[in-house]
Amino acid sequence: MNNTARNSRILGAIVLSSTLIASLAGCSTPATNGGGDATSFTLWDPYPDRDASSTWAQAIDACATEVGVTIERNAGNTGDTVKDLTTAASNLPDIAMVDNPKVSTLADAGLLTTTDENGFDVSDISANILSAGEIDGKVYGVPVGANTLGLYYNPTVLEAAGVDIATVTDYASLTAALENVVASGKKGITFSAVGTEEGSFQFLPWFWGAGADLTELDSSEAEAALTLWTDWVQKGYAPNSVISNTQGTSWDEFKTGDFAFAENGSWFKGDADENGFLSIQVPGIDGGVAPAPTGGEFITIPVQKDTSRYATSAKIVKCLSEGDTGATALGYVAPTQAGADAQLAADPTLEFWIGAVGDAKPRTADNLGVSYGVISEQLYTAVQAALSGSASPAEALATAQAAAVENLK
Amino acid sequence: MSATQVARKKGTPALTARGRSGGAAFDDAVPSGRRMRARQHRRAQLTAWAFVAPVVVYLVVFYAYPLYRNLDLSFRDYTLRSFIDGTADFVWFDNYATVLGSATFAPALINTAVFTGVSILFQFSIGLALAVFFFRNFPLAATLRALFLVPWLLPLLVSASVWAWMLNSESGIINAAIEALGGPQVNWLTSPEWAMASVLIANIWIGIPFNLVILYSGLQGIPNDVYEAASLDGANGWQTFWRVTLPLLRPVSAITILLGLVYTLKVFDIIWIMTKGGPVNASTTLSIWSYRLGFGGQSPDLSPAAAVGNLLIILAFVFGLIYIRAQRRLVNS
Repeated sequence: MNNTARNSRILGAIVLSSTLIASLAGCSTPATNGGGDATSFTLWDPYPDRDASSTWAQAIDACATEVGVTIERNAGNTGDTVKDLTTAASNLPDIAMVDNPKVSTLADAGLLTTTDENGFDVSDISANILSAGEIDGKVYGVPVGANTLGLYYNPTVLEAAGVDIATVTDYASLTAALENVVASGKKGITFSAVGTEEGSFQFLPWFWGAGADLTELDSSEAEAALTLWTDWVQKGYAPNSVISNTQGTSWDEFKTGDFAFAENGSWFKGDADENGFLSIQVPGIDGGVAPAPTGGEFITIPVQKDTSRYATSAKIVKCLSEGDTGATALGYVAPTQAGADAQLAADPTLEFWIGAVGDAKPRTADNLGVSYGVISEQLYTAVQAALSGSASPAEALATAQAAAVENLK
Repeated sequence: MSATQVARKKGTPALTARGRSGGAAFDDAVPSGRRMRARQHRRAQLTAWAFVAPVVVYLVVFYAYPLYRNLDLSFRDYTLRSFIDGTADFVWFDNYATVLGSATFAPALINTAVFTGVSILFQFSIGLALAVFFFRNFPLAATLRALFLVPWLLPLLVSASVWAWMLNSESGIINAAIEALGGPQVNWLTSPEWAMASVLIANIWIGIPFNLVILYSGLQGIPNDVYEAASLDGANGWQTFWRVTLPLLRPVSAITILLGLVYTLKVFDIIWIMTKGGPVNASTTLSIWSYRLGFGGQSPDLSPAAAVGNLLIILAFVFGLIYIRAQRRLVNS
């Protein structure tokens, strides 16, 4: 029983020393900032799969030589730079590459400099892509490039079903095409409606194409878009697995050759070319072209104590975003007209995707900024609820709108 | 309760401890020796502390401090801005109120209870059945037992992904089998009715080996003479199991179930990989909810996420206390 005495004494010691250490740790938050050395710059990107021999790493090295500094690259292994940046808030890199819908979140937290502060000229950058980094007229970064979504189709399947792709011009004609394909014994369309940001990303072309607005999730336009998807799943035009598909698994489904259509990104262009798949832009509800959301990272210049570093950082950013080296290395459409022209000259098959990016729209546009994250979470939840049959599209969207309003208060 | 136990209970533990370490010696020591003894005593105490120090530092750095941080986080309103300027308002129980008042709370709590309860029920009963089965040492028993350990050896990411593939609505092998037998397509992962069942199946499969191993070693601890006596008394197999094996296995069963509880309460990876807690909240447990609040969306709500995490810790702690009580009762009886 003398165990109890000893135990209580040890416990006391632990409690005592833990409060001690806790208070010590509270005092000793590191306050260093930046790389320190004026010729050594740090760059963070979310591409751990691109090693030192990749074209992207080479593009960085080339820019380092051009600007006359050394760039220390840190490829985050999580691909989630927001988490990395926030935990390193006291020791930010000179340049950080951030997924475009997260730029506004970081800017709102005061982590990023504006182009007014860092002196970067953004006049060449395509306005629609740039707007993801724009809040209240201030620009917090530049896109390294952009990608977007399109509607891939399998000509063999369509031909066998007697569907002419030229007739697919709006939601009704697309549904009719799916009906014919399914009647011919093949499968209709695959996409990703997973319960993460990816699900919202994939739903947005249809949502925007129906004329809906992210600030009003329960509009009749939004209901029309969600009903379209729900009907497809219920009638078997789209497989039930879309509810859990990521864009990668959805592409795998499409590559089985059984599907007529797949909504997916420009990053699968190479694979599509190899398999003989072609693409059209997602149509609008009554014809025309639906704006698809842009994907891709922004190059940002986080806040530094030593503001004299911004000038050199801006030069590096210019080097990476200018022309098409950075964008091509990462498989994006270049953010400037000149860059896109150069890409088109090098590879004429890019024409479709360059045009699609030109029609695309960032998710945080319309000055949504940080609210986008909250709205998007409700949007993909509503999509999940409707497609899985736990609520009707109208109910799901009404719940989503109420929750979004509540969370944005 | 025996007499010694009563005496032990009555005597203050501190007194007994001092009595043994040197109290008796003080009585017949001369005054000059007393100071030396005291110094020696202090020295011994210091040495003791030095031995304890590494453990204490380890516990503080890796357990106490993170726990303190998590508590602190849950009582403040942390935003991204807080990481920059280091300030976050102390909001008392606001985050807990938000979490408890959220529409996700009730489904998450019920799902956690169902997930934990059903998992343990099946893991334990199947594990025990297999342990008893393999205890009867037949040819190939060791090999078969080793094969049953495979789920334990696989990384969770692999197991969960494989289950997700097998349960896929369109191309999964399980649906292929059901459809071959003339059944309808079951939307395992994507319908609100089946999502919880799917993650349960996967989790039960993963948990069986753990129960099997511990219960098997528990069976080995039961003395053979008890079984002999039982068979002499004419007990049949069923009676032996209920009257001998199960009661004698009680301490081992208790620890197995408790560990299972704590492991299952915090299960995250299997559910996240298979269903992401969906569709909607159909398979969202407290741990999934905590992750989603903290890191799932575009704007991290770290403080409510920490609050949910702390609720989970409290739950696990309560079960720990219940276990300790049960064990004490077992020892005393």
